Amino acid sequence: MKIFATYNIKGGVGKTSTAVNLAYLAARDGYRVLLWDLDPQGAASFLFRIRPRVKGGGKALIRGTRPVEDSIKGTDFENLDLLPADFTYRNLDLILDSAKKPAQRLATLLAPLRAEYDVVILDCPPSISLLSESVLHAADVLLVPLIPTTLSVRTLDQLTDFIGGFTGRRPQILAFFSMIDQRKSLHKEIAQTLPAQRSDFAATAIPALSLIERMSVERAPVTAFSPRSQAARRYDELWREARDRAGLAAPPGQPGPAR
Amino acid sequence: MPDALPDLVPDTSGLRPLPDPLPDSLAAGSGSGGLSGSGFSLVSGIRRATIRRTWLDTFDWRLYRAGLTLEQLTERGGTELRLTGRDGTQVAVEQFQGAAGGRPPRWPAQLDALPAGPLAERLASVVGVRALLPVARATSALREQRALNDDDKTIARVTADAMSVTYPAAAQLPERLAVSAVRGYQAQASRLAGLLAALPGGTTDEQPALDAVLASAGRRAGDYSGRIDVQLTAGMPAATAMASVFAALLGMLEANVPGTIADIDTEFLHDLRVAVRRTRSALKLAGQVLPRGLRARFQPEFKWLGDLTTPTRDLDVYLLDLPAMTARLVGADAADLEPFGDHLRRSRGRAQRELARGLRSARFGHLCHDWREVLDDAAATPRRKPAAAALAAASIAAVHRRVLASGAAITAASPPESLHDLRKRCKELRYLLEIFASLHEPAVQWRAVKELKGLQDCLGEFQDTDVQRGEIRAFAVQMMDERRAPAQTLLAMGEIAAGLARRQVRARAEFAGLFTDFASPAGQARIAALTRPAAS
Repeated sequence: MKIFATYNIKGGVGKTSTAVNLAYLAARDGYRVLLWDLDPQGAASFLFRIRPRVKGGGKALIRGTRPVEDSIKGTDFENLDLLPADFTYRNLDLILDSAKKPAQRLATLLAPLRAEYDVVILDCPPSISLLSESVLHAADVLLVPLIPTTLSVRTLDQLTDFIGGFTGRRPQILAFFSMIDQRKSLHKEIAQTLPAQRSDFAATAIPALSLIERMSVERAPVTAFSPRSQAARRYDELWREARDRAGLAAPPGQPGPAR
Repeated sequence: MPDALPDLVPDTSGLRPLPDPLPDSLAAGSGSGGLSGSGFSLVSGIRRATIRRTWLDTFDWRLYRAGLTLEQLTERGGTELRLTGRDGTQVAVEQFQGAAGGRPPRWPAQLDALPAGPLAERLASVVGVRALLPVARATSALREQRALNDDDKTIARVTADAMSVTYPAAAQLPERLAVSAVRGYQAQASRLAGLLAALPGGTTDEQPALDAVLASAGRRAGDYSGRIDVQLTAGMPAATAMASVFAALLGMLEANVPGTIADIDTEFLHDLRVAVRRTRSALKLAGQVLPRGLRARFQPEFKWLGDLTTPTRDLDVYLLDLPAMTARLVGADAADLEPFGDHLRRSRGRAQRELARGLRSARFGHLCHDWREVLDDAAATPRRKPAAAALAAASIAAVHRRVLASGAAITAASPPESLHDLRKRCKELRYLLEIFASLHEPAVQWRAVKELKGLQDCLGEFQDTDVQRGEIRAFAVQMMDERRAPAQTLLAMGEIAAGLARRQVRARAEFAGLFTDFASPAGQARIAALTRPAAS
């Protein structure tokens, strides 16, 4: 089981769109996928038409008084399940703070799902918090969407430094440019130069496209409702890079390495 | 195997027959319709499939009795053999994907026609020496619909299955729906299933697909067994009781004729012989209640039939036992016995052809026809006496006395024939107990049969090893005559003969103790309990 997390301290940079589309693409490839909507706003849950509610709330889930499995919902897509958001997730920091080894807590909660899922994708709320720290410790690959600005690159460096301070296991970082506005020369310039210079950058960039915004109307991943669109093709490329970065084995029942 | 196959074949445990045609309210894209106010709607899914289904079992329903269902599913060139428990959970599966991935066996087939693997392994302990044969065939036209809640979220997949039955009899079944919940939506899916079942014409009666298919042909799973399935009552006229017993035995005999002629597996002949032996014993021991002259008329005919079946069965027993005999070889090599095995198989081939000819003959046809006819007349007897219970008690008591006398006369010096004779008496007693089983308390019956069976097993081992020793000498002579007897084969056969002799000595040594128990006051009381007037 490989754990991916979409993470950025800032909001509105395309974390949920990335999580939802990559989860769909992984499931389409035959992996058994669980998407955990950790954001109390519940955008990923909304996109899959699943009510943002977890029995017993975040407290029961984090403390383990209710098994994670009890709260998992099937989406409309084969192989793709969702652990919904819950409004009580806004207090996850407090709940984690009172738990043992809070930074390891998410990893511990996900461990029993190893036999059931090949891929877990964590869709994180924008913050620097105990929750994000727990996510960073659980993840194998951090997918970091960035708006192409100098400042956002700086936050990536801060994140890299922070992870560098971890003892033991560290997630790999796969940053990528998101919401690129083709009309802005600065966007184009940064998006073209940086990925070539840095190994923690994906070659794929996701442009700002109205079709991606349309997901909230269709309530489905763009990769599902418009699989041949430019947006879908870009997410597909990004998924391949993420999958290769994680060293994910071929999906169950399929011979050879994933292509 | 195409991906769609495992998902689209519905879990048979949750199938509900629905009105045919489906009400408009359930038709694709009809929105709330008949489900209006429920918050649910059905939309057409994209998946449709046509699957050819063949259910397999042994002739005596061993899988069904073990709570298992074996189904062969074929869709677009891919075939799967799937073994499930009664609740629909998958136990084992074997896939065939055409030339490269192998092909399923041509049914009927023995287990060795299946590739080694978890499926063959699981089946082996249940199926034993029997062949698997198709018990039903149908084609399922499956159409999947998605059930949405008021958020337009899929909460269940509803598979409509229009089944055309082609075997045992052609029939079109009413469309059946299977509701399969999406994870986390079990409660909503159950509510939907309840609503669907409550629609006009719907029913909450949940019936596995195989049961529905068989029912359409007026059959049911498990409708054949080697047991005498006759319900007698103590007060019914003995002639009527015996006529129904004989009719049931004739049914069992005839049921096994096609499988014996087609040589599907050895147990068709075995069951056929059991039916003949039970008939002969019942004629001898209780046939006096039938109209005068019938016993004398039919006894020679059933003897002819019994004799007709003996050579093939003897060779079957040898061949079935051969692997174990080979495994016990110490001095000789397993390969040394191959010419012997070949000789047995050739001899069996000849005997089987002779048997098949006999079972196709006019004499056999007349026997079955005439016997049924006289039984129909005998069942309608006006004679009220004796009653069934009186006949049962008297005949069991008489044969029991003969068993005790015959056994008591056996000493260490008695010839083998005296034990063979006792075995025949024991078989007669056993058949009587089985024939009149429905008159007795099951627990009392079970205790009596259990001890008798122990004695019979010992006598069977003694006689079988005795007969086989004689036969193996005869085989050796035949093989020498046919110049098909290499020296090493004869030596190996000699070792087998020695092994048989040891087993025979062992059986003889065990006999005295077993008979003493059987003839003890407690043992006698167990049989006597069956000769007292029954409660019913």
